[in-house]
Amino acid sequence: MTATTTGRSTGSGDARPAKPDRAKLKGRPRERAKKPRLTWRVRLRRDRTLILMTLPALVLIIAFNYLPMFGTVTAFQFYDYISGFFHSPWAGLGNFQQLFADSNFWHAFENTLVLSLVQLVLFFPIPIALAIMLNSVLSAKLRSFIQAVVYLPHFFSWVLVVTLFQEMLGGAGLLNHILRLNGVGVWNVMSDPNTFKYLVTAQAVWKEAGWGIIVFLAAIAAIDTSLYEAAAADGAGRWRRIWHITLPGMRGVIVLMLVLRLGNALTVGFEQFLIQRNAVGSDASEVLDTYSYYYGVIANNYGLGTAAGLFKGIVSLVLVLAANKLAHFFGEDGLYRSSK
Amino acid sequence: MITILPTAKRTKPRTSARPSWEEKPTLFGQLGKFLSLCLVLGVILFPLYCVVITSFSTQASINIAGGIVVVPHGLTLDAYRQMLDGGVVTRAVIIALVITLAGTAISMVVSVLCAYGLSRQHSFGHRTILMTFIATMFFSGGLIPTFIVVANIFHGYDQYWALILPSAVSVFNILIIRSFYMNTARDLIDAAKIDGAGDWRILWSVVLPTSKAVNVVMALFYGVTYWNSWFNVLLYMPADNSKWPIQYVLYEYVNQGASMPGGGSPDIAGHAQPAPLSLQMAVVVLTLIPILIVYPFTQKHFAKGALTGAIKG
Repeated sequence: MTATTTGRSTGSGDARPAKPDRAKLKGRPRERAKKPRLTWRVRLRRDRTLILMTLPALVLIIAFNYLPMFGTVTAFQFYDYISGFFHSPWAGLGNFQQLFADSNFWHAFENTLVLSLVQLVLFFPIPIALAIMLNSVLSAKLRSFIQAVVYLPHFFSWVLVVTLFQEMLGGAGLLNHILRLNGVGVWNVMSDPNTFKYLVTAQAVWKEAGWGIIVFLAAIAAIDTSLYEAAAADGAGRWRRIWHITLPGMRGVIVLMLVLRLGNALTVGFEQFLIQRNAVGSDASEVLDTYSYYYGVIANNYGLGTAAGLFKGIVSLVLVLAANKLAHFFGEDGLYRSSK
Repeated sequence: MITILPTAKRTKPRTSARPSWEEKPTLFGQLGKFLSLCLVLGVILFPLYCVVITSFSTQASINIAGGIVVVPHGLTLDAYRQMLDGGVVTRAVIIALVITLAGTAISMVVSVLCAYGLSRQHSFGHRTILMTFIATMFFSGGLIPTFIVVANIFHGYDQYWALILPSAVSVFNILIIRSFYMNTARDLIDAAKIDGAGDWRILWSVVLPTSKAVNVVMALFYGVTYWNSWFNVLLYMPADNSKWPIQYVLYEYVNQGASMPGGGSPDIAGHAQPAPLSLQMAVVVLTLIPILIVYPFTQKHFAKGALTGAIKG
């Protein structure tokens, strides 16, 4: 209750100092349009409740986002538990030398890029196609039912998704049971390193492709329907309308999604790989994130793990900026635009 | 600064009728569309169906099927009875529920306050604070430094708060909530101000009730994140199985096939066995249930809550 009353007094406080200024300006109509700028003290007093409200989030962000950012100094240290960030001995670029000399690291880097590329090619078009197909379903009830079903796996955990795949495709799963019954050999998809990249892509599609259509559906819904009507009158068939109206109408969103995807190219399903690492081995499933985890947390080499993380962070940042430039080059908004 | 999110601007609500200018589809086209839709639905629903059926199957039925059951021969509730008897799984479900509820409450309070605090564009420090948040979307300390901060500096190892606080704030969610609050009708807020309401009052009685869709969806997003949290358990409390929430139990006993205490009976040689399949599948179903319960209530808000509005800085 006290909070309410303080809020009230500050609320009315912002009008008062403005009044005399206005009266003074009356004789000079040219400058009247310009609002007198309040001093920062007044503004701080007026908005202190608002600032107070952001404090809890700010504290959490500083503790768990900014402090770790500062903690990247670990990459240049021989970190040890007792001395912490501040007193651990400096290693210079030693951790990076060790990192770049490690063939496992380059292998993880290569895996990350390959997996990212495979996912880009095989995953990316699916939500677009699904959205176009779903949009062509006439019955509103059926549409919302299908949406409800395809969105659902997005809310499952990776442990759950991998378990479901294991029960369907794993060594003791349904697929192999059917293969055995028909006398065909056993093919344990879940632990086959050669096909692992397609397996994880299939899992990602199963889990996220449905959710991915939301953005594209919204983009389609924003297209002016009279365009379709005019095209139909001009004799354009169903497929040509998709090619010449729907897809160009979705262009901005598609480019945006590509930019986001490229910016995240070094982030490929961390949990997903960690969970399946025991099954397929580290050779196929090691990516930059898991490398950082295993060398940092498990092998206790914090400096090396952080160095790998920092490397990933810097490359990712460059990728985001580059992808955004590319989007501007194609005349789209991309992720952000420098404000004028 | 950042813009995403197209907004649907359809003036007339779409009807189920075919527009008059659209040609009748060919039989072949209809069939193709029908089959592909069935395929999509089948691929998602079939594994879920199998898991549910297997969890209700008798051991005999599982033996006949030789694993996952598709056509049931006798159903029983044994697996669920055994699991909810007060063993590891029961405890794990309770722990996960408590973490989820507490975490969602914390996250929502913090995010809603922050979003409202940032929703007035010319308030003092608005831009600076906003940039402080947005910067974390581009730069992050990475896995190891976060781990060191939580485990070594704040001594969060083996503590439940380590599963909640480090991921309590999602900047993206705050930005979405904020863009909703910014669109709350100005005259409503001004009217409340004239009536003498302060910011707390305006938030509680004007802004919150008028932005239900986004609040519901964000609560769902946060809730699902906590319920699904697995990696944080692996990081901060992997050792003690009496502290595990359900996802980690699922990982350890079903995914990795470790023997569940009190789950499977030891075989003749006395080695502990992985739990019987029906029991494993019952664990899977248990992790699904809360999501399936909450899902229908929130689903209609998705498109609105997840998309609307642009983020302006």
